[in-house]
Amino acid sequence: MSSVNATAHSVVEPTPTVKRIAGTIVILYALVTVIPLAWIFLTSIKSPPDSISYPPKVIFTPTIEGFCNLFTTRTRQTPDYIQSLPAPTSTCDEITRRRNMVIAGPSNYWPRFGNSLVIAFGSTFLAVSLGTLAAYGFSRFRVPLADDLLFFILSTRMMPPIAVAIPIYLMYRQFGLSDTALGMILLYTAVNVSLAVWLLKGFIDEIPREYEEAAMIDGYTRLQAFWKVVLPQATTGIAATAIFCLIFAWNEYAFAVLLTSGSAQTAPPFIPTIIGEGGQDWPAVAAGTTIFLVPILVFTIILRKQLLRGITFGAVRK
Amino acid sequence: MIARATPTTMAVRVRGLSDRAIAWLFITPTMALLLAINIFPLIWAVYLSFTNFRANRPNAEVEGVGLRNYQRVLNDPDTWIAMQTTAHFVFWTILLQTVIGFALAYLIDRKFRGHAFWTTVILIPMMLSPAVVGNFWRFLYQPQIGLFNYIVSFFTGIPPSSFEMLGSVTLAPWAIIIVDTWMWTPYVMLICLAGLRSIPDYIYEAAEVDRASAFRQFWSITVPMALPFIMLAVLFRGIENFKMFDMVMLLTGGGPGSTTEVASITLKREAFESWLTGRSSAFAIVLFVAVFGLANIYVKALNKVKQR
Repeated sequence: MSSVNATAHSVVEPTPTVKRIAGTIVILYALVTVIPLAWIFLTSIKSPPDSISYPPKVIFTPTIEGFCNLFTTRTRQTPDYIQSLPAPTSTCDEITRRRNMVIAGPSNYWPRFGNSLVIAFGSTFLAVSLGTLAAYGFSRFRVPLADDLLFFILSTRMMPPIAVAIPIYLMYRQFGLSDTALGMILLYTAVNVSLAVWLLKGFIDEIPREYEEAAMIDGYTRLQAFWKVVLPQATTGIAATAIFCLIFAWNEYAFAVLLTSGSAQTAPPFIPTIIGEGGQDWPAVAAGTTIFLVPILVFTIILRKQLLRGITFGAVRK
Repeated sequence: MIARATPTTMAVRVRGLSDRAIAWLFITPTMALLLAINIFPLIWAVYLSFTNFRANRPNAEVEGVGLRNYQRVLNDPDTWIAMQTTAHFVFWTILLQTVIGFALAYLIDRKFRGHAFWTTVILIPMMLSPAVVGNFWRFLYQPQIGLFNYIVSFFTGIPPSSFEMLGSVTLAPWAIIIVDTWMWTPYVMLICLAGLRSIPDYIYEAAEVDRASAFRQFWSITVPMALPFIMLAVLFRGIENFKMFDMVMLLTGGGPGSTTEVASITLKREAFESWLTGRSSAFAIVLFVAVFGLANIYVKALNKVKQR
């Protein structure tokens, strides 16, 4: 950067005071933003009475009761009956008995969480694979009506989910796809593939054609050149696209609540239905929420650079 | 290798599939999937909107009813109330998110120490599930035990049990606006940040040489040059919030009464509770056309701004 006066900082560089004020405001905002998230975590390690005390407790004895309640179903028993049982075999057992209850069996949380994993990762893999192929096709070859097709692909994202949910519901019922993981994977893939094509086309456009042409002169076929030259170059773009697809599929609620009810239900429609005796069991809900948020938080932090690029890139392009 | 000996253009054509075949091979699966799961259902919805079909009675005889479903939807005052609720929600969320998001982007662009770390922290809410987190906000909004009411009363002295964010007709719409703003301001901020970073330094340097004040630079350079990005963020958020369903469903379910019943909730109620499939399809089409039409008008305006 050229500077007229070498001793002073550049004219566009803010002064230290400005920086300090800006920093303070941004950090304050960031701290306020994480309060609800911190509260979710704190609630997950509170006992049910602590979680609903007034004023809200910041200092309390942590317990795993919320997690116990999340992972199990319990039945209320008489103290005499509990006395007659053999000694508790686990911490959860003990905590449950102290509340005059016994563990009846595992809850549906892990199966629902497993469904979320299978459906989110399955659909992300499919959407990114299909998206990469289509993006390469649009980027490198003359496709008739390419612009129209690309606009058509994008416009499918403007539809409210509920609008297409009715016919999809009917269609899935017809083909036996309702409440199946396969049905949800196909649906999320279809929703995500439009974004994937747009993002990936931008990334592939940036890879010079000359690389593939050189490889083809060296004896590679077009497919080999795509596989061995283009794909390695597009890894960053593929990673960025994959996170976006994963975030959508992991978090989706509307389709999941309308199209799944039992065996293929994902975690988002399940977590709000966690109830204890006399209403929502908030520590258990918080525990379920915490576990559910962890994977996406880890992804966000590890891949934040690609993520920033993906968002800003999409913005610049469209 | 034989390929080396032949002219390259020949070699490319002879070995493996032709480019044309590859192009189709690569594009067709995506198109087929979109046709099957996006376009076909939409066409079906258009067809259903002209019938009296009910999804809970699949064996009943289906009759064409012409435009009657559309007439009913457009003449129903509830439709317009839902539209007004949606408009109120979209207007305030976009206004708040744009103002706060742009301000944050501007401050982050001062590049203070640690700005990258704090940007990541601010981004966290937008990565999370609106349904799962929205559900937890219901707890934060509890009148006696909720953290939100406690913090408000801590700073204002209003007793925490004297107001119910989700149960009061006047406050419930704002409860939803607060959560949406909390969640999506980072998104607007990111796009604004991309806009601010796209302004080349030399423009500011030139302004400095001309002794333009910081205030003047902000209004004559920063805002106009970042405007296309701000407008883009408004478009994306507008489309998303027009379709808003999950967060509202879990926070209030449309209540109290129907004060927070945005269009998607009305649609869900008609389609999956009253099972008026034909009528709800007509409503869905009306909504889709409205989003599509508004988005197109807006994009035209956006292109005009870009060309300036």
